[in-house]
Amino acid sequence: MRLRGLLLRTLFKGPVSIAKPASDADALAQLGANVAERAQAKLGRSLRIREVDAGSCNGCELELQALNGPVYDLERFGISFVASPRHADVILVTGPVSINMAEALRRTYDAAPHPKWVVAVGDCADNGGCFAGSYAVLGGAASVVPVDLVIPGCPPDPEKLLAGLLALLETVASGK
Amino acid sequence: MLGNVTLREFLDGLKTVPQHRPWPRHPIDERGWKELIHQLSVNDWTLLGLWGDATEIHAAFRDDEAEPEAIAVVSLSCPERKFPSLSEVRPGAIRLERALRDLWGFTPLGLKDERPWLDHGRWASSPLSLHKGSRPEQPHAYQFLPVEGESLHQIPVGPVHAGIIEPGHFRFTCAGETVVRLEERLGYTHKGVEGLMTGKPIMEAARIAGRISGDSTVAYALAFARAIEAASSQEAPARAHWLRAVMAELERVANHLLDIGAICNDAAFAIMLAQATILRERVMKAAAACFGHRLMMDKVIPGGVAADLTREGAFTLRSVIAALRGDFERLVEIYDDQPSLQDRTVGTGIVKPELAHRFGAGGFVARASSRAGDARKTPGYAPYEDLELTIPLLAGGDVGARIWVRIEEVRASLSLLEQLLDGIPGGPFVRPIPTRGGEGMALVEGFRGEILMWVRLSEVGKVVRCHPRDPSWFQWPLLEAAIEGNIVADFPLCNKSFNCSYSGADL
Repeated sequence: MRLRGLLLRTLFKGPVSIAKPASDADALAQLGANVAERAQAKLGRSLRIREVDAGSCNGCELELQALNGPVYDLERFGISFVASPRHADVILVTGPVSINMAEALRRTYDAAPHPKWVVAVGDCADNGGCFAGSYAVLGGAASVVPVDLVIPGCPPDPEKLLAGLLALLETVASGK
Repeated sequence: MLGNVTLREFLDGLKTVPQHRPWPRHPIDERGWKELIHQLSVNDWTLLGLWGDATEIHAAFRDDEAEPEAIAVVSLSCPERKFPSLSEVRPGAIRLERALRDLWGFTPLGLKDERPWLDHGRWASSPLSLHKGSRPEQPHAYQFLPVEGESLHQIPVGPVHAGIIEPGHFRFTCAGETVVRLEERLGYTHKGVEGLMTGKPIMEAARIAGRISGDSTVAYALAFARAIEAASSQEAPARAHWLRAVMAELERVANHLLDIGAICNDAAFAIMLAQATILRERVMKAAAACFGHRLMMDKVIPGGVAADLTREGAFTLRSVIAALRGDFERLVEIYDDQPSLQDRTVGTGIVKPELAHRFGAGGFVARASSRAGDARKTPGYAPYEDLELTIPLLAGGDVGARIWVRIEEVRASLSLLEQLLDGIPGGPFVRPIPTRGGEGMALVEGFRGEILMWVRLSEVGKVVRCHPRDPSWFQWPLLEAAIEGNIVADFPLCNKSFNCSYSGADL
């Protein structure tokens, strides 16, 4: 009974999703010409992301999971997370790359087909964050894979993540 | 000596290290350590933690039968870098000892499992020891336990998992659809937290402590702050205690909400996850509005809190909590109403009470298997002695029981939040930590269970040594047992119902 009530209410109340944020200007500037060169009009307006936790504290994962929920609803923009790197256009890395995860990250990157882009999410994936300098940490994602876009923050909030990914989508889909 | 000796009686007459607070620390010789092992075989004392230091090892115990409960740290000097293993009498020590050997190079004599745990052979061995080893030329080839039997097959999963979750490796051995054995291999997210904290000023170390396990950032920051305050014998102001509890309960609610939804999602009932995510988002937004960060990272600091709660903030929280109460109950009814959902959760992934007991597990995993205990009450800390708190206890031990314990804990936390908002005392919300040496320990109940934090401060107020022990150390092994005899397709359900921390236990 409750379930039916909830479904009805949800139907009439309308979506809970936030409005589409503007693409992040910093991210657009970062992506610039370099990524646009590899842009593919064929991608249309869709991106598939394989997330790799390369040693994160799990904070960034929480905010990425929020993107999948009804409030931020990433999929309405044609962006979604996939289970296999073989299906991915984007490898999204969180965490300072722990030495124990470096090989797994590299192999995941190698398994994704070309063209592919790498997004480093969070301060740790940017430069190692507060774990930089440890015997067990290599540093930012760029120490293992070529990074196209950094979305900084500890962790970046979902709106910021959304704006960054929208900037990436715009840039990579802008080619001929 | 035979049983019937309490922990207090056993330690009575031993030397006590000065300036170790709030519980005593006793140096013990090898004969005493062996006597301790004997006592552990006849007593029920819970192993709280086991960690290394430059020349000695420390073990913390709790005697629940004593009134009030007794807690103590015992330290064994290991000049020859060996110590008699506790693993035979406390199986929860097995992984702790493997980690101790990896990080410090101490050999646990009598530990049957000789395989490394955190050390994958990719960094120099014994990195925390004065006698650092060298880095092996090849990473270790990990030997999974042998499995014999007809028509068995193995399924290797990870370290990169299918969802947006942390990395770890699971090796399933199956007969058809049925899991015969699961073996975990963790350590992928090892970041050298203990090494990083050494030599850091208190506030810098606090930032790291808040990033040991991001979903429990408040609980970890609280454990670290309380350990520092114990070491420097400086109590935080009353208002800080209450504000810390507000943050800790918000964190607990947010995590339980997400997990309850995610467990149902793993049983293909996606609407629960969607609805739970909406409720969780309200908690996150309220946290950001009141304290300035969605996860409340770096808001609990040694000496107090970094952000005060304004009048408007308290008003916002009140209305969010009031709305949550009703909306959460509607979700609970939906869960309770679906036989198809219960069909997946009831009877799945059973943890036997004796096993939870043997591993000294805590948190909702233990409380769903008849093992009581909650650090908020035992040993207890401010402000919970002034609050009414019901701690749920169930006997089923299955995924369903873990869901129900979590549901009850959400209800309890919402009630706590209301009590907290009614009673927050005025006054300062932070009192700076004086520069002085000492050692301190804290036990704090995170959403997963009890976090142990131990610190030693130098006279100039820097962290000499810090050891955080995540509740997952004693829960991960139970997951291996829980999945036995279940079908592979039920693993995600079981795993999510535990939701153990990778980062917290990999350090």
